[in-house]
Amino acid sequence: MTARAPYDGVVLAAPVTVPYQRYSQETAHWWIARALRGALDAAGMGPRDLDGFSVSSFSLFPDSPVGLTQHLGLTLRYLDTVPMGGASGVVALRRAARAVQAGDVDVVACVAGDANRIDSFRRLLSSFSRFSMDAAYPYGFGGPNASFALLMDAYMAEYGATREDFGRIAVAQRANALRNPNALMKTPLTLDQYIAARPIADPIALFDCVMPCAGAEAFLVMREGDARHRNLPFARIEGTIERHNAFPDDPMQLRGGWAMDADQLYAMAGCGPTDIDLLQTYDDYPVISLMQIEDLGFCPKGGAAPFVRAHDLTVTGDFPHNTSGGQLSVGQAGAAGGYLGLVEAIRQVTGQAGPTQVAGAERAMVSGFGMINFDRGVCSAAAILRGGDA
Amino acid sequence: MTTPLTTPKRKDPQKRTTVPLLPPLARSRAALGLTVAATEGRFALQHCADCGAVQYPPRDACAHCLSVALHWRDTATGAQVIAQTTVRATIDPYFRERLPWRIGTVKLDAGPVAVVHLHGDVARGDRVRLALHLDRAAQGVIVALPPTQTEAMEDDPLMRTLTNHPRHRRILITDARAPVTLPLIAALQKAGAAHVFVGEAEGWRRWAGRDAIAALPGVDILPLDVTDEDSLRTLASEIGGKTDILINTARFIRPGGVMGQDTVFAREAFDTNVLGLMRLAQAFGPAMAGRTADGVNSATAFVNILSAHALSPDPGFGGFGASQAAARSLSQTLRAEFLHSGLRMVNIYVGPTDDEWHQPLPPPKVAPGALARAIVDGLIGGVEEVFCGDVARDLAERWQAGPGILEREITGGGA
Repeated sequence: MTARAPYDGVVLAAPVTVPYQRYSQETAHWWIARALRGALDAAGMGPRDLDGFSVSSFSLFPDSPVGLTQHLGLTLRYLDTVPMGGASGVVALRRAARAVQAGDVDVVACVAGDANRIDSFRRLLSSFSRFSMDAAYPYGFGGPNASFALLMDAYMAEYGATREDFGRIAVAQRANALRNPNALMKTPLTLDQYIAARPIADPIALFDCVMPCAGAEAFLVMREGDARHRNLPFARIEGTIERHNAFPDDPMQLRGGWAMDADQLYAMAGCGPTDIDLLQTYDDYPVISLMQIEDLGFCPKGGAAPFVRAHDLTVTGDFPHNTSGGQLSVGQAGAAGGYLGLVEAIRQVTGQAGPTQVAGAERAMVSGFGMINFDRGVCSAAAILRGGDA
Repeated sequence: MTTPLTTPKRKDPQKRTTVPLLPPLARSRAALGLTVAATEGRFALQHCADCGAVQYPPRDACAHCLSVALHWRDTATGAQVIAQTTVRATIDPYFRERLPWRIGTVKLDAGPVAVVHLHGDVARGDRVRLALHLDRAAQGVIVALPPTQTEAMEDDPLMRTLTNHPRHRRILITDARAPVTLPLIAALQKAGAAHVFVGEAEGWRRWAGRDAIAALPGVDILPLDVTDEDSLRTLASEIGGKTDILINTARFIRPGGVMGQDTVFAREAFDTNVLGLMRLAQAFGPAMAGRTADGVNSATAFVNILSAHALSPDPGFGGFGASQAAARSLSQTLRAEFLHSGLRMVNIYVGPTDDEWHQPLPPPKVAPGALARAIVDGLIGGVEEVFCGDVARDLAERWQAGPGILEREITGGGA
């Protein structure tokens, strides 16, 4: 295995969340602009000072990030787009960090944002991918809910997990979300309510599902010297991994790409699972969070259900997980769902998380997963972040 | 266990008829291979000519070796259900009306994994037999069926949408005098048809066999002349709203090519076989198209009987053959025009039939009973293209392989 180069000298700063809205008439451009300006303001920069931009969005059409660049009046020597859904944040970070390290760009603003008009979700699904069109939607058009229900059905049959096990993820995240003024879900959730929820696609029920909404998230990637010069709290990147279409011959997706590369992630960071102070998994559905807990080495394969039973996943617990409430309780603002955990993790390790702050948080792991093309999520990625002055 | 369908209640005339909706219609070009296979009742997938890997979902390059030499081949139908779900919420209007809807993931013996419709009698862990059927959008979809026949399995609500089963339906057969009509009535009633209307042109002209049809229970003989628009309009106003399947058996056939003839027989052949089809579609099509979501006895199919020589003519029946080619072309246009209603346009291609006009021809010829069975089997199977009999199947195969060569083989020069 070729040694991976460390991320020395490049840091993450200026985490920004634009509070989500269930429905909004505003465009993705509007939401992205708000997030971008928030990050630049935090860094004392104006738009003309920015030379790098990475955008993830499902609702820019008919614009691409090129149209967006001119729309926002930016002049760039680095322009990237990461169309990887929930893996977009970590992947955008990986690209930007290397470009900054190499001196190809000074500051990259990584931004994800999406509109959510009444018909946005239906239009998104109707033209998602060839395989979705040919091999998924004609079969009941259950969308991702049905695709992940099949996955959850197979996972439960294989490992004996019960609905209560998945419910524990949702319940703990809701407890975290009640501390987060930006979360769209404002009421407590009990395990009984989770079990009794309206069925969507067996065994998936209402509280297994995220709420699509409009919103945006952003952070900046820059040299450590720049961050210090601007007096910005910053997070270091201790390690990252990325893998797409892992295990294509697995009949059902019971493991994701992290299982191929988790060892390398810890090796880069020079630490192990017990050194991680908080974990942000991509929680489009609780079953995927359980899969990430296993594949990222916190427990053996198939052992996530007993693991979750044995730990407290709230911000005051012994295994803080999805500390802002995750997408299940905060909402999924399209591609910004792939940034939510990462932006919150930057806040956590720099002591800026406020009401959801995990005491003494030094190292955070962020995991991304995305793009269910037909029967499985194709994209996966993960990163370990550490507080800047630790 | 499938609950058998019960006889539908009489329709309440004060209630608005459910407007037909379609499941998702769009497919990539590669995926249309599934649709073509479904029209013929075949289970076919792409096989890589270089490494043999079977592909699903349909695609443009082999997922194992990147070869672009992918060919559609009949494929082993065995599979195992490895996951299942019941969809209880959807934003799609077609499926929303039909919830809850069961789907599953299957691992094919042939290799790939597929998301499929589940018949009510199968569940996770079961071995299944896969089949390709046309859904209401006339696109090929995979359904997981019990490996052997189970009781009333065709009455599963899923299968009713994927087939044109005669059970509980009211059928119009357009020409009582056609030799196929009598055995066709028997086959339809055996399949559970609720009622059969039979059209008769020139009722003043007596013909042997009329009494046999008139004596059958559940059958009405009514005036119908495919060369007369008024006749069709009148009949449609009476029974158009309760015609669930229309089977056009009207056919004018005479031997003769082009040279040494006048155009009289050809004109009659076109008037009956081509314009007759147009008139029938214009008279009965709109009501049928409006009723494809009208409960158990919804309108479902318009069936055409064509000579297999519609593909490539027999010069001994050149005028007739031209009318068949024209009718085939019209049926393709009608298929497109009926697409958004969910009404199926079914073509039954048959070689020379065993009747007076083919008397001098050598065997094999298709007996009326065999044609009748092929029609009903085609309706039960939900297919759109049926090739009935050895001659029709042979012509179709040779036409697919090389239409130019087939033409020369028929017209002379081929030893």
